[in-house]
Amino acid sequence: MDGIHDLGGRQGFGRVRHAPDARPFHEAWEVRVNSLYALAVRLGIFNMDEYRHAIERMDPRHYLAAGYYERSLTGLATLCVEKGIVTRAELERRAKGSFPLSAPSASGRTNLPARERFEPGDRVRVREDCVPGHVRMPAYLRGKTGTVLGESPAYPFPDAHAHGVESQDEPTYDVRFRSEDLWPNCADRALVHAGVFQSYLERA
Amino acid sequence: MNKPERDRVVHRTASVEERVDAIQSVLEERGPNVAKDLEELRHLAQEQWIPQNGARVVAKAWTDPAFRERLLANGRAAIAELGLSMPRHHRHLVALENSKAVQNVICCTQCSCTAFTLIGLPPDWYKDFGYRARVVRESRTVLKEMGLDLPAEVEIRVWDTTADTRYMVLPERPPHTAGWPEEKLAAIVTRDSLIGVARL
Repeated sequence: MDGIHDLGGRQGFGRVRHAPDARPFHEAWEVRVNSLYALAVRLGIFNMDEYRHAIERMDPRHYLAAGYYERSLTGLATLCVEKGIVTRAELERRAKGSFPLSAPSASGRTNLPARERFEPGDRVRVREDCVPGHVRMPAYLRGKTGTVLGESPAYPFPDAHAHGVESQDEPTYDVRFRSEDLWPNCADRALVHAGVFQSYLERA
Repeated sequence: MNKPERDRVVHRTASVEERVDAIQSVLEERGPNVAKDLEELRHLAQEQWIPQNGARVVAKAWTDPAFRERLLANGRAAIAELGLSMPRHHRHLVALENSKAVQNVICCTQCSCTAFTLIGLPPDWYKDFGYRARVVRESRTVLKEMGLDLPAEVEIRVWDTTADTRYMVLPERPPHTAGWPEEKLAAIVTRDSLIGVARL
């Protein structure tokens, strides 16, 4: 989905609030959320692709207003309700108030039926797919052409893995794009690399 | 019959801590070891997964050319030699070597993915919207704002972590450190240099 989480290349954000000693956590509850979601993964309640997608499905207004660990909490709670671990009513009874959760999921998809194998040096184009469910192709790459530099081991296909759809593991390709091809005449000159799943690519 | 009272009142939103307590109480009912597991996960996140791990990898690569070769060829296997590990689902670690002419910088435009066992859980700015939105498109400007003003001839390579392959930057060794022992070298390697937003 072209969701609010897919921020690469969006304009209007100000300076990065950077500090060399910036901490990963600021509050004790943030540490707890981090442990709780990791525990749920360890218990097999959900996988990482389901978790990422549950966060992506948050109401965009909530997504932007919440901090990182509130987004994590919302994804965790949404999946616990969807997986039948607890009902929303019970969760709200225990929380003593309403508990905002993410919107329901659209359907997933399996791998592209005829996937091509690419070699370093091959020119590839990111397919112009519109995917209603989870996808790990950032929108800024859609339809763009780059050069293959390498191939990863095979990974679960996120578009399926986030939705319980059967699929084969497939490699990602390290594809190098030029920023001036991604945002013609309005980007700093750089090379942008992404790990692009085989199903997202076609020969250019 | 009237609708139950609770359906007619507008509920306040529970505070974030109340929501965490609620979900924690649900998960604590899933088994006898949950409290122990949570403590172990807290310990890993706060005390084991720290940038000093990545710093050890860098110092080793600076002082042992054969290790550097192995790290560049197969990151996961190389860090295992130092007793370091990554989660099973991170199947590939790519070490990105900086030079006078090249600056590598890592990000995750869609969320927060990092080689967290080596770099530590990402700092807040890495997960914030500004860095995620801007670093792929305005890399040189963003790095300059963050204090890294690169000469125009330096090529910037931005690595967006869009899959479960993980990246760490291998910064350039400062010339004044010739002859230093590994431990002293590791102490100068910062988290920012492992992400690629600083040089040493």
